[in-house]
Amino acid sequence: MDTQQQLDQFQERIDNGEKIEPKDWMPERYRKQLIRIMSQHAHSEIVGMLPEGNWITRAPSLKRKMVLLAKVQDEAGHGLYLYSATETLGIERRELVEGYIYGNAKYSSIFNYPTLTYADICVIGWLVDGAAIVNQTMLAKSSYGPYARANLRICKEESFHKKQGYEMLAKMMEGTEAQQKMAQDAVNRWWWPTLMMFGPNDSDSPNSAELIKWGVKSKTNDELRQHFVDRMVMEAEAINVELPDPDLTYNEETGHWEFGEIPWDEFWSVVKGDGPMNRERIKARQKAYESGEWVREAAMEYARKKKLRKEKAS
Amino acid sequence: MSTLDTIPKTKKEALVEILLRLADDRIVHGHRLSEWAGHGPELEEDLALANVALDMIGHASSLYSYAAELEGKEDEDHYAYFRDDIEFKNIAMLELPRGDFAFTIARQFLFSAFSYFLYEKLIETTDDEQFKGMLSKHLKEIKYHLRHSREWVLRLGDGTEESHKRMQEAFNEIWMYTGELFDLDDADQVAIEHKVYVDVSTFHDQWKNLVHETIEEGTLTVPDSEQYMFSGARKGRHTEHLGRLLAEMQFLRRSYPDATWK
Repeated sequence: MDTQQQLDQFQERIDNGEKIEPKDWMPERYRKQLIRIMSQHAHSEIVGMLPEGNWITRAPSLKRKMVLLAKVQDEAGHGLYLYSATETLGIERRELVEGYIYGNAKYSSIFNYPTLTYADICVIGWLVDGAAIVNQTMLAKSSYGPYARANLRICKEESFHKKQGYEMLAKMMEGTEAQQKMAQDAVNRWWWPTLMMFGPNDSDSPNSAELIKWGVKSKTNDELRQHFVDRMVMEAEAINVELPDPDLTYNEETGHWEFGEIPWDEFWSVVKGDGPMNRERIKARQKAYESGEWVREAAMEYARKKKLRKEKAS
Repeated sequence: MSTLDTIPKTKKEALVEILLRLADDRIVHGHRLSEWAGHGPELEEDLALANVALDMIGHASSLYSYAAELEGKEDEDHYAYFRDDIEFKNIAMLELPRGDFAFTIARQFLFSAFSYFLYEKLIETTDDEQFKGMLSKHLKEIKYHLRHSREWVLRLGDGTEESHKRMQEAFNEIWMYTGELFDLDDADQVAIEHKVYVDVSTFHDQWKNLVHETIEEGTLTVPDSEQYMFSGARKGRHTEHLGRLLAEMQFLRRSYPDATWK
């Protein structure tokens, strides 16, 4: 059991802005919460490869193909170092992975929507990566050292992803009528799910207060969402794309853009597994995992044989 | 003789032909490798296969760009997106479906080994500085592709019973497509005379030695090279797989020919 003295000392370190490192004492609950958040983040990077990977072979120019492939590769990299960072908390990658492909562990619901046209790729770069950056910039200051450092690294690459998505979307909005239509349609479909990425309203977010107290997060879901909306309104205007919310209005007093009611029923339904692509995403990940089993076994067996031969020789 | 078979006359024509052959090999190989993104057997391999795919498409893109410059075409996309399957000059091995991980590795290994020796010789031989610069840059990456795939041949060959069986089956299956690597035709001859290509038979033994040593070190058996060998893809006589690959790759670009996508 964690003693009160330990808890107080821990809290003092957090309040002083110190980073908690893997070998430091931490409350069991802090460890559990971090494992949950960090592995969800890792799973999201990996599942996120699927909707974008859907367009690699069909990208409309070699340059765009390379940009997209590099982006998907970056996501695999992010997943890899997030899993490694999570492993510092005393849990293995295998257990984490099986937790979402066979169990109830979550990943970001945004990836349970389909990419229907190439414009979706641009919009994912702009909106989805844009929202991820807002979140990860905060998490780069997280109290847990390995997580903070992983996010710092991720943010650098995400900024590039967002920039290329936004630029290509701008090009489509300046392009032919068909391109403009495709771009607007993609924005219409992704806008609300992107706002849901920040999680439920603060009033419905039971974990928030604790995570803020422990310095894992420093802002609430609603604060982050508002920050995001304020930025996106400007960026949408600059490229003449409309955000599909008739209630968007600027509040002179607060200096913020007010927006309409997020379709929370849809949010909860997708979180619970009933989204357009939930089952397919999980099935695809299960298939990759299961059909890769013999490869992972072979690599382990080869390493074992090699070690044995080396020992014999010496 | 293929209906599209024209023998280059000038050095420039010969170089364009070689650039397109090299580039077509790489775009098609890159396409197949890129299909693994998000579906690899482990995260490390998702990264590695995407990396090789990215190199392949990058190499193709710069080779196409040079061809476009020489021929006065708009850009590299012209060749990738606006030619039909019978105009593609890649060897058939590279267009076959990606298969399982063992098949992907077998293909990558055989082709990387070939590319490695070809590029080394071509860098020594060619007097076209731009071409030489390009090849030298790409060779560094090819060395990594070769090492990556060679290590996997050993791991899978000398791993478990199942991986051994799959690796052996992959080599057996792909073997009839290896003959094309060393086919030499009239266009190659003209290119060799102009020093923009090399006689591939000069490094056949080196390739064979590396491939045989690796397969044997992986406790596998080298398939019979006296069997029927597929040929003709360089002149547009492909398998049925290329048409579908290109249909997928080109559909968006061709559906909106007036749109800009760069």
